[in-house]
Amino acid sequence: MDCAAAFLLFAAPSRLLSLAPVDLVIIVIYFAVVLAIGFYLKRLTRTGEDFFMAGREMTAWIAGLSFLSANLGSLELMGWAAASYQYGILATHWYWIGAIPAMLFLGIVMMPFYYISKTHSVPGYLKLRYGESSRALAGVSFAFMTVLMSGINMYAMALVMKVVLGWDIHFSIWVSSLTVAIYVALGGLRSAIFNEVLQFMLIWLGALLVPIIGLIETGGWKGMQARILQNFPGGDYTHAWRTLGSFTDNPMGIHWTGIVLGLGWVISFGYWNTDFLVVQRVLAAKDLRAARLAPIIGAAFKMMVPFIVILPGLLGLAVLPMKLVGEGQAVATGGHSYNEVLPLMLARYMGPGLLGLGITALIAGFMSGMAGNVSAFATVWTYDIYRAFFRKDASDAHYVRMGRWCTVLGVLISIGTAYLVMQFLSIMDYVQALFSFFIAPLFGTVLLGMLWKRTTPAGGFWGLLAGTASSIGMWLWVKLDPSALAYVALSHNARDMAENMYRALWCWIVCVTVTVVVSLLTRPKPESELAGLVYGCTAIPSERHLALWRRPIFWAAVVITGFFALNLIFW
Amino acid sequence: MHGDERISIWFFIGGVLLIYGILICGTGVYELWNPPGQKVVLGELHASVWWGALLIVLGAVYCWQFFPGRRQKRAEEAAKTAAAKATEPSRDAG
Repeated sequence: MDCAAAFLLFAAPSRLLSLAPVDLVIIVIYFAVVLAIGFYLKRLTRTGEDFFMAGREMTAWIAGLSFLSANLGSLELMGWAAASYQYGILATHWYWIGAIPAMLFLGIVMMPFYYISKTHSVPGYLKLRYGESSRALAGVSFAFMTVLMSGINMYAMALVMKVVLGWDIHFSIWVSSLTVAIYVALGGLRSAIFNEVLQFMLIWLGALLVPIIGLIETGGWKGMQARILQNFPGGDYTHAWRTLGSFTDNPMGIHWTGIVLGLGWVISFGYWNTDFLVVQRVLAAKDLRAARLAPIIGAAFKMMVPFIVILPGLLGLAVLPMKLVGEGQAVATGGHSYNEVLPLMLARYMGPGLLGLGITALIAGFMSGMAGNVSAFATVWTYDIYRAFFRKDASDAHYVRMGRWCTVLGVLISIGTAYLVMQFLSIMDYVQALFSFFIAPLFGTVLLGMLWKRTTPAGGFWGLLAGTASSIGMWLWVKLDPSALAYVALSHNARDMAENMYRALWCWIVCVTVTVVVSLLTRPKPESELAGLVYGCTAIPSERHLALWRRPIFWAAVVITGFFALNLIFW
Repeated sequence: MHGDERISIWFFIGGVLLIYGILICGTGVYELWNPPGQKVVLGELHASVWWGALLIVLGAVYCWQFFPGRRQKRAEEAAKTAAAKATEPSRDAG
């Protein structure tokens, strides 16, 4: 109970929620269990394959839930609940069109190449397909950005805990990050994955009661719609597509082309198919069928996440007595900001015990995201940077030691970033923009590499570089001359989100164009070197001998049908 | 992820849910007779009681199903049954 005492000790007087002793016990048990899992798994983690790839023995369910949980982390729960209060059901596009097709594409199209090539990472695939230079570019940028993002999320989490619970910001940063460092350093990816599955369950069971009780209070979906209309006359918060015909008809300032092509194609396909943070979980699957099923299982649950994230925001619009405002206005007026909608809903419905479970769900979300970042960082640093450029022929045990130290180092750099952000808040915007620079072009490079055997190593490298450079160039252009937004995002009325989506689309097109042109001008690799890496040169095991319900393609069809049905229902 | 000598992750999850269920349901039952000073909206639904009970049931099922050694025992029994069947003479033989 020392930790509980410490929580009480560090609690500041101003807070949104007050925890009862039973809530603190629930939180302390959570920390004890995640550490216990780390210590238990240490004895099973002996080789590099164990530490970095979890022994490649995860079932489809474990890999799939972990795949989703790594993404559910950081500020997902609170951030998107806030976005749904602000923008209404438009926020679901990040869960449906912004995720489901891409996740299914990973399972059905791309995973066979990742899995059969036996690569340990996405930069590792680039090495096999294009050579060292492409791997170096992707590996260094990924490792650098991952720890920075982890630090930003850590700071944001500590800030949330301060506002919601009154916890000291330094205490939140150090306790949560050191816990993650211990359990990932002990058990590697296996420990991260196990804890992510636990965190997935806790996130659902901790957050699910808010929409259930909220819908009882409003008298169901129709009742909620009526109350929102009463509280915010004239606003359309419950239709996902109807208001996307014009930039000015919706609060996001976005057009449906930006949602479909920018978010639904480039950004989501880039993130779900090439961001190693999520792909690593699927690479740990025990066989190809499990690896293909894992993203499909993840997609099925992803489709339901709006129930615990978006619906609480909408219910906030319907039932909260006060109107929430932006962060700046909240600070100036002493009101509540959009970001507080989920804690306010927790406080509204959750009594002692349940509140502890809800807060544990938030902490679990933050920790699963952080663990995803540091385990991916440790793998990319050790295999794609350290082994490739510093020490090629060390023993397996040496690389495992390096992975463990890297995990601790990654967490320490993240903590450093968190403190840097505390001093210079604008860093947060810059780093988030930087991260987006790499994802869209990387998708172009990997996609062409997998599907077009004519793509050459020079084409891959120069396409990736040109796509990244063009993304940075467009971002700088708009920063220096805001009127350039009309060219980049096709409208003066476009907002930040629209700009991100169109910038991603253009830089992807630049990457693909440069890759194709340079490839046509340079000598391709012989087909014998492309076996296991490229469509047309790779024997993908047939699944025809399996019963229909055991085939990944069948479940992908079920999920995509659900996806279309949901979009039509909430059109 | 069910090596022969290993504890399944689902057992850990079952254990956590069981403990949480007991704590939450216990708190809810206690509050039936000792209502808290600060009430929540729709507190009369006593969500702690039934949500806690749900966690207990889920946790118990997971613990029972994935108790260490249980899966291995079942696998061994299934292997024995399969072996016994394989040694039985076929009905339509001779």
